Amino acid sequence: MPDAGDPHRRIATLMVHPVLIVGASMGGLRTAEALRRFGYSGPITAIGDEPHAPYNRPPLSKAVLAESVSHEAVAFEQRDSTADVNWILGVRVNSADLEHNVVTDSNGEVHPFSALVIATGLRPRRLSVSNGELRGRHAVRTLDDAIALRAELKPGARVVIVGAGFIGCEVAATARTLGCDVTVVAPGTHPMHRSLGTELASEMQRRHESKGVVIRMKTSVTDLVGESSVEGVILDDGTTLPCDVLVEAIGSHQNTEWLEGNDLDLSAGVLADNDLRALRRNGTPWDNVFVVGDVARFPNPAYDDEARQIEHWNIPTETAKRVAQVFTGQAHGAFRPIPSFWTDQYDNHLLAYGVLSIADDVTLIEGDVTGDCVFGYYRSGKMVGVCGIGMRSVVQSHRTNFV
Amino acid sequence: MIKIDVDMAKCQHYGQCVFEAPNVFELNNDDKLEYTATADDSERANIEAAIDVCPMQAIRIVE
Repeated sequence: MPDAGDPHRRIATLMVHPVLIVGASMGGLRTAEALRRFGYSGPITAIGDEPHAPYNRPPLSKAVLAESVSHEAVAFEQRDSTADVNWILGVRVNSADLEHNVVTDSNGEVHPFSALVIATGLRPRRLSVSNGELRGRHAVRTLDDAIALRAELKPGARVVIVGAGFIGCEVAATARTLGCDVTVVAPGTHPMHRSLGTELASEMQRRHESKGVVIRMKTSVTDLVGESSVEGVILDDGTTLPCDVLVEAIGSHQNTEWLEGNDLDLSAGVLADNDLRALRRNGTPWDNVFVVGDVARFPNPAYDDEARQIEHWNIPTETAKRVAQVFTGQAHGAFRPIPSFWTDQYDNHLLAYGVLSIADDVTLIEGDVTGDCVFGYYRSGKMVGVCGIGMRSVVQSHRTNFV
Repeated sequence: MIKIDVDMAKCQHYGQCVFEAPNVFELNNDDKLEYTATADDSERANIEAAIDVCPMQAIRIVE
């Protein structure tokens, strides 16, 4: 490797195409930072379809939604190391040609790359209803979503939340705290059941109900009522709920359409190997195409061979670091990130490590289920996850089981 | 030396920083965050990692 003072290297650098990061959210930012941290000094370009510089999404459904919503409140601090990154914001990438190392954006501009980082993440799934043009329908993914929703969460507003996952439950808690009348409608047995398991999920349902939230599980929405904006929600049992504000928190679509035609497995996110290199359908990796964040589906040998998407907040940071290590030849051993999530609902602060959803047995290991408590999640007798309400130190003491 | 600031109005004591920079951050017996106000320059990488993993983005290095 010629050193930085070598004139040949300088000429080569002038001609080299950038590492191109598509997706200018947390995963994109963390990738740029990590590339610099691990010594890559060449050009970096990041293209994102939102108009805002990268910001932290979790507060959008929690604290920030309860207060005033602004970019300043959630923006990630920009580090000196990434001051020379070329951010192209408010521009969508429409297609990619991995054989020829280019992507094309919505303005028709072609961007060549030396390496591509796929960080396009997710977008909310929306209800499929006959009169979907009505105003008053909300999702919570972007800052602009949160600003629009915040404006409607007035005391006494009748808020119907479709979906009882983490986002739905966080919005329910926030809206209720703001004095709204809140109903949650969802098809499952208990809120957050898929992640938390029956006992903790039913306890969280009880805590929501004790705050006055109406929860209607095993129920789905068949249609909406209203002239120009939503006035009611028709359920599959035939009843109609009055509704001023409709929040759709029913999961996500992966933003991978722009990658079609490149021999990738896009059946759920982008299939990648343990080093986050995108895989061709025959299983061989692209050497210069990486995937980070929510959209990455990769195997984690801490658990098994199955490639999974992990839509937890720490994964963009973990995968970005690994990509930078692989790209700069500094990756050692297998990539075994520990998934982690937290959620704040009223004064209940849940913290978890591991992959709870693969457990076949869930056991209370500390505390009292109606107060602060910690549950262990086991598969074939081996702990695969831990989750607590409060009791942080106890939850953390089990984290070493997953390292 | 590095000066560290944690916005305690934002901090929810999740303690993710503890794993990245154990010489700087810890959860006390009441599960509340405690941290050293200054650290040696050799801790910079660990503290930056702690900044990255803070769910509330409450940690800053004050230059």
